Amino acid sequence: MFPVIKGASYILVNTPDMVIHNGTTQTLERETNPDSEYLKKVSQHLRSFEDVVSYPVNQTYIGNFDPEELSKMQRPWYEKKIENASRYGKFGEIMPEDEFYGLMKISDVFDLVVLEKAFTEEVKEKFEHHKLLKVYASKLKDGSEIEEIEKLIENVGAEGLYINNKLVGCVKRAHEFDKNLTAHVITENLAVKASGVLAILNLIDKFGIDANEIDYIIECSEEACGDMNQRGGGNFAKAIGEIAGLKNATGCDVRGFCAGPTHALLNAAGLIQSGVFKNIIVVGGGATAKLGMNGRDHVKKGIPILEDVLGGFAVLVSENDGVSPVIRTDSVGKHSIGAGASPQAVIEAIVAAPLEKTGLSFTDIDLYAPEMQNPEITEPAGAGDVPIQNYKMIGALAVKKGQIERTHLPEFVKNHGFVGYAPTQGHVPSGVPIIGHGMEKIKEGKINRFMIVGKGSLFLARMTNLFDGISFIVEKNSGKEDEGTVSKEEVKSMVAEAMKEFASYLLSK
Amino acid sequence: MDLEIQQRVKDLTEKFGAENVVVLLGGSEAETAGLSAETVTAGDPTYAGPLAGISLGLRVYHVLEEEIKNECDAAVFDEQCGMMEMVLDVEAISNEVKSIREQYTQFKD
Repeated sequence: MFPVIKGASYILVNTPDMVIHNGTTQTLERETNPDSEYLKKVSQHLRSFEDVVSYPVNQTYIGNFDPEELSKMQRPWYEKKIENASRYGKFGEIMPEDEFYGLMKISDVFDLVVLEKAFTEEVKEKFEHHKLLKVYASKLKDGSEIEEIEKLIENVGAEGLYINNKLVGCVKRAHEFDKNLTAHVITENLAVKASGVLAILNLIDKFGIDANEIDYIIECSEEACGDMNQRGGGNFAKAIGEIAGLKNATGCDVRGFCAGPTHALLNAAGLIQSGVFKNIIVVGGGATAKLGMNGRDHVKKGIPILEDVLGGFAVLVSENDGVSPVIRTDSVGKHSIGAGASPQAVIEAIVAAPLEKTGLSFTDIDLYAPEMQNPEITEPAGAGDVPIQNYKMIGALAVKKGQIERTHLPEFVKNHGFVGYAPTQGHVPSGVPIIGHGMEKIKEGKINRFMIVGKGSLFLARMTNLFDGISFIVEKNSGKEDEGTVSKEEVKSMVAEAMKEFASYLLSK
Repeated sequence: MDLEIQQRVKDLTEKFGAENVVVLLGGSEAETAGLSAETVTAGDPTYAGPLAGISLGLRVYHVLEEEIKNECDAAVFDEQCGMMEMVLDVEAISNEVKSIREQYTQFKD
């Protein structure tokens, strides 16, 4: 039987100081042009936590606002606010930076995160009032003197942690010479880990999951943890599971740039359908490197730096319960090595081919989820509205295949995909953000199926010039055993039938 | 334009001579296609890459421009670019790249 998706959580972490100190656009600028006008202007373009929470796009990501309503809202969305917006959502939450530093501290098992005394007390207090974090409050310990933190930064290259540009802590290096264990890399990796933990805690809470029933975790972000002898040795999955309390699970990391989450979900689906495991969490933490990635263009155009959040998600894939939407493992589309690199060849391989295989038409898919970046982030940087471009490509291929009229292309684009509402955190926007809202729409009977399309720019690693793509369909659960499986009774009756036929053959001889 | 691609364009131009190089763009937006065209003709407008302050004046076209389409086998063009031709704003892209070409290329043919 097909495996199912039981739930998906989505979290954001507002990290304005990390935009300045950890986003690569800013760190590179500081290295190459320390007196630049851009660096002077960055802090003036950062939003308050309240603005980040009430931003309609972020409310959509955490499940409080319907993507269809968002598409009807006139842009710019950053000038709009959702009234009485809550940081807590149906699918997850938006966390402020101070709590996140606390979460990084409790995610650190090597005493590498050092937080200042008074700051630690403030965070502890906030943890006490957070439903999911109160159990971790005591693990924050007592904190250190600020002089000690300053010394660590000055003398041993620790990475500072700031709130409103004020030093509140640091992350120490984990080795004197190993480039893979520098304070910068450890900060990046602990941010992945902590945001992954937050996504899993929300998943468990929102969907009433028994943490002890999770037997495997697949982590699918874009960072690598390891040391100089095994740079990407891993394993974020188990490290995240340990902090989140998934005692009966082990796991591994799956990578594929932005296509990583789709590969990870398919791996999970395969392991469930084959009976190897019963409940698998696919999790992706956030990327500090991508904070303020397009900041230069945002500042130039006089808009807020919208890449001021880390993103994360967690998805539970389980055995078929007859209710939750199924992953159609017979509908996998893949951009194979020999498929060709033109956009047409790519869409043919990852959208048209699986549809043909399953006997579905382009319009049978209610919603496509190829890349769901927030267009307010990408348009000022000259990259256009990425989701819309993808829907247009899919629609154009449907026209070329004679499945829709060319005049119906704009209608197809409008009706067969959500507006982009995901932060540009690499792996986060690629397909997976649809799961939460898509499952709701299936539950409400508004749609039957959606297609997740993961696409990855593998060439960025300079190991291949190839691009990657992989896809599958998520569909309403029919509640019946699927036709591909045969029950014991059916086998018995088939054997009896065959024996009867054989007996009559012998009699006729 | 990506800094490494700028370096590759610069190296190829030095190796083969500007008169023997044509740059074909594939960007999906008029603005980015225009910036790339400007980079390989007038120089990098962002002053961040190897072509900052270097005016190569190369011939530059977008792959969807008529001049290039007419050079291609119709069936191959349709197979490789037909879908994107339907999706992108070909007119805006062509106008943008053409305007840059006319201003900055050193080859007026």
